[in-house]
Amino acid sequence: MNKITKTSAQKEAQRKKTLRLMKKNWLLYAFIAPAFLYLILFHYVPIYGVQIAFRNYTFAKGITGSPWVGLKWFERFFSVPRFWNIVGNTLKISLYDIIVGFPLPIILAVILNQVKNARWKKFAQTITYMPHFITVVVLVSMMQLFFSPGNGIVNTVIQALGGEGGIYFMGREKYFIHMFVWSGIWKNMGWGSIIYLAALSGVDPSLHESAMIDGANQLKRVWYIDLPSIAPTITIMLVLRCGSILGVGYEKAFLMQNDLNIVSSEIISTYVYKQGIISQQYGYSAAIGLFNNVINFTVLLLANKVTQKLKGSTLW
Amino acid sequence: MKENRQKKRGFHRKKQSWDDMLYSTICGVFLIGLVIIVFYPLWFVLVASVSNPLYVNRGDFLLFPKGFNMLGYEKVFHTKKIWSGYANTLLYTVCGTALGTVVTVMAGYAFSRKDLPGRGLLMKAFIFTMYFSGGMIPLYMTVKNLGLINNRLVLIVMGVVSTYNIIVVRSFMESNIPDELLDAATIDGCGNGRFFTRIVVPLSRAVVSVIVLYIAVEHWNSYFPAMLYMTDEKKYPLQLVLREILMSSQTAINNAEFLDAQSAAEMQNVAQVMKYALIVVSTAPIICVYPFIQKYFTKGVMIGSVKG
Repeated sequence: MNKITKTSAQKEAQRKKTLRLMKKNWLLYAFIAPAFLYLILFHYVPIYGVQIAFRNYTFAKGITGSPWVGLKWFERFFSVPRFWNIVGNTLKISLYDIIVGFPLPIILAVILNQVKNARWKKFAQTITYMPHFITVVVLVSMMQLFFSPGNGIVNTVIQALGGEGGIYFMGREKYFIHMFVWSGIWKNMGWGSIIYLAALSGVDPSLHESAMIDGANQLKRVWYIDLPSIAPTITIMLVLRCGSILGVGYEKAFLMQNDLNIVSSEIISTYVYKQGIISQQYGYSAAIGLFNNVINFTVLLLANKVTQKLKGSTLW
Repeated sequence: MKENRQKKRGFHRKKQSWDDMLYSTICGVFLIGLVIIVFYPLWFVLVASVSNPLYVNRGDFLLFPKGFNMLGYEKVFHTKKIWSGYANTLLYTVCGTALGTVVTVMAGYAFSRKDLPGRGLLMKAFIFTMYFSGGMIPLYMTVKNLGLINNRLVLIVMGVVSTYNIIVVRSFMESNIPDELLDAATIDGCGNGRFFTRIVVPLSRAVVSVIVLYIAVEHWNSYFPAMLYMTDEKKYPLQLVLREILMSSQTAINNAEFLDAQSAAEMQNVAQVMKYALIVVSTAPIICVYPFIQKYFTKGVMIGSVKG
């Protein structure tokens, strides 16, 4: 009996303290308010509006006034003949990008970390980071110019090396995925290495010194010292990357699309754009978008769970 | 000290065995190859933009400008659309960056304060938006319902707040503004507002510049929001104008200004060079400024990586 009153008194004191803090720091809430308002307007209101995925939305009736249709839009999407084509493209591009694009920045960081000449290191960093600032519009038009079948530089080089040339890289289905993934690597590899480079700079040099005395060569030191040291960073980046498994960069895909390569270049998000904004089928396209986001979010949670079990590090 | 280091280096060199040499050779070749692969396309664009259209259209392999001329640039400078796009982008970037920086730094500071009740819960609400969103269509409808379609405001405001940036600011302030400073200021009768403007902001110049750059680059580069929300060509940002010109094979032929002056065939000839010139004109500002501010960018990534 005595115990309970004591804890409730403590609770009361705690609450009073919290209230006092809240009162004292009211201005800090005001500091958060604009950002919070933005998130409400442009993130939470749309999340609330996602219910049109389950409704037969008409502009006149508004979001909440339109009748429920259950899973109609989802069923329609699953039964579209192109469903597997679109989902397959998205998954293929994403997996390809993870398998090739994910390890490369790590390799680059490890190599940059070992460069002894400071000037050369700085130069290599400056150059490899540069494409990060090139916009997708410019990137894709550069690709169109370089890979043009008639007068593109790439075909010129192929011809000079004895090849046939005249290959229409941007218009052939089978090349699309490679063009997409490798242009992304070209653009982002250097920038992506920064975070690993930062992690590598935290590796204790004495580890390397003692390993050197023990006769470990450079490759062994990378394998047994560098990589294990940056493993937590790698894990977090991989979890985050997995969370956008269906979030292939639609801005670039959209620009790279043409009638000739559409079979391999149509991905979920470009399909959403076309169905939603151009054909104005709001309910249907919102349902596809939701399907996409739910899968992404689920994969993220799963990946996070797995790493939590394995390593004890987590995103939140 | 110096002697010691030299000794160590000598020791290292002696120890370098054949497998280490092989390894460093492979790494060196890889890095040199990579630098060339990244750099050459950029260099080629620059070279092609000042070369004679004849060679560029033939698809010559260019290391240096061939038949130097500025026809492409002339054309770019005479296309009004490009300059209105430039002006619009400048407007969106400057306003958006100013607004975004103020909002982000304020929120980031508030979140760095451990004596703020409910900050954990609020932060969760922020972080959730990083990983889950309503999607393109509900966002489009929200903007439409707010009556912001074709309103310049939407391109200024869109993307101004990102949870990632707020976390970067928070992490920086948590480790760079000691609690004792606040205690001392409070004892001296300095309130939260004064403490923020007089002490926190001046001490956080590094992170503020990082945020300015992040938001500015994001605004400068964005084209998809404009494509979604803008219908009036006069309000198009540069990237959308670029898309129109660069992605079309006909380019400037539609441009009445030129049709009077030159024949269509000649124009077709210059079109390619003009594209290169346009890429240079639109990308040069950011590429030229970037080496000088590179350290701020990398700093931003590092601060963010401490606690994601």
